[in-house]
Amino acid sequence: MSSSAIPKKSGPVKTVDLHVGEIAPGVAKANPIIVADNVTRSFGGLVAVDVAHVEIPRNAITALIGPNGAGKTTFFNLLTGFDKPDSGTWTFSGKSLAGIPSFRVARLGQVRTFQLTKALGLLSVLDNMKLGAKGQKGENMFAALLPWIWRKQEAEVEARAMVLLEKFTLDTKAEDYAASLSGGQRKLLEMARALMSEPTLVMLDEPMAGVNPALTQSLLDHILDLKTQGMTVLFVEHDMQMVRHIADWVIVMAEGRIVAEGPPDVVMVNPAVIDAYLGSHHDQDLGEDPEQEEENVTAIRELLDANDES
Amino acid sequence: MEVTGSTIRAWQRGVILLFVALLAALTFAGGATAAHADEVGGQYPFQFSGNVKNDGKALAGVKISVSGNGYSAEVKTDEKGRWQIGVPSKGSYSVALDESTLPKGIIVVQGSNPIVAEFGKTTDKTVNFFLGVGEKQTTSFGQELIDRIVTGLSFGLLLALAAIGLSLIFGTTGLNNFAHAEMVTFGALATLTLAVDLAWPLWLAILAAIILSAVFGFVLDAGIWAPLRRKGIGLIPAMIVSIGLSLALRYLYQYLYGGSTRQILGSASANIQFGLISISPFNIASMTISVVAVIGIAFFLLRTRLGKATRAVSDNSSLAAASGIDVDRVIRIVWVMGGALAGLSGILFAFYRPGVSWDMGFQILLLIFAAVTLGGLGTAFGALVGSIVVGLFIEVSTLWISPDMKDVGALVILILVLLVRPQGILGRKERVG
Amino acid sequence: MVDFWQIIQNASVELISPTTAAYALAALGLAIHFGFTGLINFGQAGFMAVGAYGFGISTLTFHFPVWAAVLTGIGASIVLALLLGVPTLRLRADYLAIVTIAAAEIFRLVVSTPNAGPITGSADGLSGYKTGFAALNPIPPGTYGFGPFTMNEYDLFLRLVAWTVVILCCLLAWQLMRSPWGRVVKGIREDEDAVRALGKNVYFYKMQSLILGGVFGSLAGIIFILPRAIVPSNFATTLTFFVYTVLLLGGAATILGPVIGSIIFWVTLSAVSGFVARAQEAGWFPGMSSVQAGQTRFIVVGVVLMLIVIFRPQGVFGNKKELAFVK
Repeated sequence: MSSSAIPKKSGPVKTVDLHVGEIAPGVAKANPIIVADNVTRSFGGLVAVDVAHVEIPRNAITALIGPNGAGKTTFFNLLTGFDKPDSGTWTFSGKSLAGIPSFRVARLGQVRTFQLTKALGLLSVLDNMKLGAKGQKGENMFAALLPWIWRKQEAEVEARAMVLLEKFTLDTKAEDYAASLSGGQRKLLEMARALMSEPTLVMLDEPMAGVNPALTQSLLDHILDLKTQGMTVLFVEHDMQMVRHIADWVIVMAEGRIVAEGPPDVVMVNPAVIDAYLGSHHDQDLGEDPEQEEENVTAIRELLDANDES
Repeated sequence: MEVTGSTIRAWQRGVILLFVALLAALTFAGGATAAHADEVGGQYPFQFSGNVKNDGKALAGVKISVSGNGYSAEVKTDEKGRWQIGVPSKGSYSVALDESTLPKGIIVVQGSNPIVAEFGKTTDKTVNFFLGVGEKQTTSFGQELIDRIVTGLSFGLLLALAAIGLSLIFGTTGLNNFAHAEMVTFGALATLTLAVDLAWPLWLAILAAIILSAVFGFVLDAGIWAPLRRKGIGLIPAMIVSIGLSLALRYLYQYLYGGSTRQILGSASANIQFGLISISPFNIASMTISVVAVIGIAFFLLRTRLGKATRAVSDNSSLAAASGIDVDRVIRIVWVMGGALAGLSGILFAFYRPGVSWDMGFQILLLIFAAVTLGGLGTAFGALVGSIVVGLFIEVSTLWISPDMKDVGALVILILVLLVRPQGILGRKERVG
Repeated sequence: MVDFWQIIQNASVELISPTTAAYALAALGLAIHFGFTGLINFGQAGFMAVGAYGFGISTLTFHFPVWAAVLTGIGASIVLALLLGVPTLRLRADYLAIVTIAAAEIFRLVVSTPNAGPITGSADGLSGYKTGFAALNPIPPGTYGFGPFTMNEYDLFLRLVAWTVVILCCLLAWQLMRSPWGRVVKGIREDEDAVRALGKNVYFYKMQSLILGGVFGSLAGIIFILPRAIVPSNFATTLTFFVYTVLLLGGAATILGPVIGSIIFWVTLSAVSGFVARAQEAGWFPGMSSVQAGQTRFIVVGVVLMLIVIFRPQGVFGNKKELAFVK
């Protein structure tokens, strides 16, 4: 009996062969966008992050997972310049980023979102979007006084913003205050706004947090779309289904260190990873795929049937 | 225990009414009549006056002279020790006491003769000199330094009482209470009214004033801050409300008590000698009272259940509430304590300056904030440390800089410390992410 | 009897008085700081003082012509903004508040000290700096205006100049706030980290805002002292809080708010204190002395400030949806 009789659900196309060499924590990547070495950060006596070596693959979707308190958000903050490490160096497309303040990191093409959405509620949706654009002449205080200098650029920015808003189906809300959007819509706005700066690397801090299930698929599709457009994505998540569904590569952190990395299927069954989770969340679902289980049950039944027949 | 509901309980309403009635009674009793004295220049609109006494005994025949703005005059005190000199224009004058006309063995307290006085919003100004038994002597630098350190410690400790209250209020409610200045002044004004205008014995007046100050704190929270918290007011609007309250109260005090400075006690006693250190009895009493109060607060915060609840609310009020702590009750008690401490601070400050005026609290408000920030926002112990640093710095710096600039020294220290260590001496560094 | 017509006439003078203009400009500066950028500047009185003393000292001690004296005042406020901003703009908002009050008080105490007498006039202050400005007056001597608005050529000139400056600064501020620069600043007001994540140098924008609002403050200080003398006690913290009252009354995050707020503030204050004074004279308030009548105005201001913030924090013109400090 061949497994082709059981229809497989089609999923996103995964990028493979991202690594060079044995799969292990800190393995080199074929085309890394970030390379980090010896990054440490402690709070008081507590070691929050202690990463010896890690490389983030370019043009792929990488998930950073781990139990609560593993140091994922702290590591995120360190990479994006929102926190200062105690030690460590890392490069972004070959350019050293250690010690660079967060706004400059953003200008280099690395953009991030926040766990608690930071949609600027007192500004309109359109203003939020326009704020995201880079290199605006009108943002200079003296140029701002002379509207003819920046008016044309402003119109271009607005046009681009409307295109993006349409893509995220927020265009009808352009003139509304961002505070009037629902939680999920604000997530979309934050993502759309991040794209205004035409980044190379998009870092999402728990993009699914607080989003109602109806919107989850839409968000996932948008993230996949980022890869199609040539961007690299790194996201922190707890939702294993999502990770398994769209991630090309998974990095697992626990107690500040990287305990495993690799493609999702490999990582999910890694005993070190299971330990890390079972240790603190023994009752948490590790993302068993019910369809796979169905397949296994059917296969065993077939085997038993076959045995019976012989 | 249930959280206090949205209605003020009957007994609390009663307390507020009683308090308001008492306040009204005090203001009607608060008018002191001007006495007739030996005077000169009565035809002029602006009058300086005073009362020369030593140890309660009036001194007659003491020569007082006033000069400034192209005018000068002198007069001798009458048999009741009183004097009055009129001056033709508003402005700054030098009021001097001729010490050769004092009885033998009595001198003016060092540094306070002559006095530079000017008129505030009124046309009358009282100028009083502090006399004591002693002989004029020049003191060495070492003696001066020790003097200053003692004074600085004394001032720092009384400042600490107000600063700790402010810090506790900030810790539990997040409010930067600008009206704390008026809570300080309240204690001094209450003592003044009770001890001087109603002639209560001093110890009773002070005790009553502290209790009244505690009630004042209660009334402020029950009447203004708790309702605003229930309304969900933000921290910055709350701060601005406290600024408006401070303004209104301060000028209400001026309305009720006038613009001049009045004294609770008429004279100063001589210093007591401890080997090399000569300390005035006031400083000893003040420091002792302050230290006892601080120890009491420390004991409360560290050992009692309510104190621990207070620290819990300071740290994280929603978590504290979720653990079953009655947050509103804790905050109410913090305001009562803060009021009492501020009032006590005001009383001690009234003896320190010396003098009671409508804006005395406001004069040290910035120093109180400086002390709290210097020590570390939100920690009561930090407020203590910051206050002592501020107090010492202010007094010791007068050895080198002119006394009217002494506040500047403290403020400069504040800015410098914030540059180097933004969380203050004892504060904790905040996480960014 | 209380002459209500006289009270109304006296109050209406405040509509165009240079003091009203000065407060409007100072409040506009605070609108930039607090209303639009979210900076809590409690030392606006210090910026006004620095502008005033810069103008006065450069005129009296260094004999600068008027335009140079004005530039000195402006320059002094830029220096003050840098001195305040560099240490505090990276810290929490509370710290800027304390440092600005401290700085304003330090300045006031330093100029009041007797040793500074020769240059700053100590506690008595400075006067006699108006001649240069008066000499610029193109209006021929005479009496102008009507009724309560009767004035001489200096007063007329001063009012024209003062309100022209206010209008120009309003236009400047309005243009800035509707530009991309204004958008960034409004974003900073709400959430600095979000704006940083979008690649904007937040510290730089806050500094620019501090400088701009401070320059408005120093210009306000110069206008403030032209009809009177420079007296340090006028620049105490109470002045800052009066300016905040004006700002919140009109609408903290608006351009028109500071101007209208100042006008409403001064007209109403004059009317109320005029009424109380006249009523007291006429014996309507038996327990009150004339001195006390004069003190009621401050109590009123304090209470009004509290009421505005509690019941209508957006002021007359503000939009509650845009208020950042009302959380």
